[in-house]
Amino acid sequence: MKTLIKEFTKGIIRENPTFVLVLGLCPTLAVSVTVANGIGMGIAATFVLLGSSVIVSLIKDFIPGRIRIPCYIVIIATFVTIAEMSMKAYSPVLDRALGIYVPLIVVNCIVLGRAEAFACKNSMASSFFDGLGMGLGFTLALILISGIREFLGSGQLLGHTLIRGFEPIFVFGMPSGALLVIGLLLGFFNFLKNRKT
Amino acid sequence: MRNNLIVSGSPHIHKKASVSRIMWTVVLSTIPAGIAGVIIFGLDALWVILAATIAAVSTEWAFELITKRKVTILDGSAVITGILLAYNLPSGAPLWLPVVGAIFSIIVGKAVFGGLGQNIFNPALVGRVFLMASWPKYMTTFPKPFSYDAVTSATPLAALKEGKLLEHIPYLDLFLGNRGGCIGEVCILALLIGAAILLFKGYITWHIPVTYILTTALFIYVFGAKQFFHGDWLFHILSGGLILGAFFMATDYVATPLTIKGQVIFGLGCGLITAVIRLWGGYPEGVSYAILMMNAATPFIDRYTRARIYGT
Repeated sequence: MKTLIKEFTKGIIRENPTFVLVLGLCPTLAVSVTVANGIGMGIAATFVLLGSSVIVSLIKDFIPGRIRIPCYIVIIATFVTIAEMSMKAYSPVLDRALGIYVPLIVVNCIVLGRAEAFACKNSMASSFFDGLGMGLGFTLALILISGIREFLGSGQLLGHTLIRGFEPIFVFGMPSGALLVIGLLLGFFNFLKNRKT
Repeated sequence: MRNNLIVSGSPHIHKKASVSRIMWTVVLSTIPAGIAGVIIFGLDALWVILAATIAAVSTEWAFELITKRKVTILDGSAVITGILLAYNLPSGAPLWLPVVGAIFSIIVGKAVFGGLGQNIFNPALVGRVFLMASWPKYMTTFPKPFSYDAVTSATPLAALKEGKLLEHIPYLDLFLGNRGGCIGEVCILALLIGAAILLFKGYITWHIPVTYILTTALFIYVFGAKQFFHGDWLFHILSGGLILGAFFMATDYVATPLTIKGQVIFGLGCGLITAVIRLWGGYPEGVSYAILMMNAATPFIDRYTRARIYGT
């Protein structure tokens, strides 16, 4: 049980997919304009990560080593299709906002990375908690980045104006702002890590 | 008896030039353009320059205090960043604009890379481009010269881009600065006086500015009009921030190539990008983007123009 909790918590801070493993930056850069988009993307990716990790760890003994990547992709694509269709059905606004980046979860480095690096070597239970922790870490990172970007770029948070008279800094709503915020946050977290050791 | 024969390694010949000496000379050389800006746009321009400079220096001081580094505000580099940033702003800007720009210049343009000597981009231009992308409304509202109130006018280049340049502005007006524009870029005469100081002192060489300006002029002359070889190259040299950029920002020691060959390539690249943005780009002016892009290319230029070691 203790190891399971450890698998779960490591994805949140110690091995955070965005800030420590630096995986999945493409959707992070693209969808982190507003917090709502960030949460939606995070939940979709967590769902896919959870499903694919569990299935991969269950059938890892039946997959021949040479064709494992195509097999992972088929499994991941199945879950992405489920996520995309449910999003289209229940939240068309979010689906339009995220656009191509929902189908692109198929090739998200985090999902494939966890399947290749963790789920294919570990039991179902630990893969489940690993996927959950990684998904949560990704979601939290997205919320942090998109929170900063939405507040600075449009003066709002989740669509609510916070400070009256605040002149929004447009650049944070643009792709260059995403690179800037992620770069500075990466530097900040590395600084914290270096100071600890 | 003390031994005065000190044996030491080379270099044996020293020049008095030091970082702070050079930087303060650069500050001195920018003063004519600042005076011209204040005369042309009134006291508003002075407040913008002061706000940017004070903000730049105090940001550097605060950052170095917080991160427990050596405080280097007296070497003049933060002062020059603040001044050059202010010269790239319209005089009618609200005063928080130069302050935010200077903070961004120092922190993101310089400090995060490790301070002076480590920055890959010209800090003042980083600040300007940040402000341009963030608050285009304030960055493209230019007060009319010699009106000293809220009357605004487009810059010659912006008017040209929108096809509104109906009458021909006399070259002498452009040269002396009787036109809309940023504080430090309008008076070419004052800028050339400052540039002459730097060239005379040997703190900058002619390679980057001259190749930069000539490339822009040539490209505009060839492609600038509907017919080939009919472009108004003199107008393009005298308007916009070309002279300010070529002499004061494209010659930044840190972010430009080391060898003469590299500097010529740097100048050519800047000129080409400036001319392309001015003629076909979305913005009326491209000097800041051209210099920043070539700053980014500087490590590669340096790698391919490395001098041959003697004897190999």
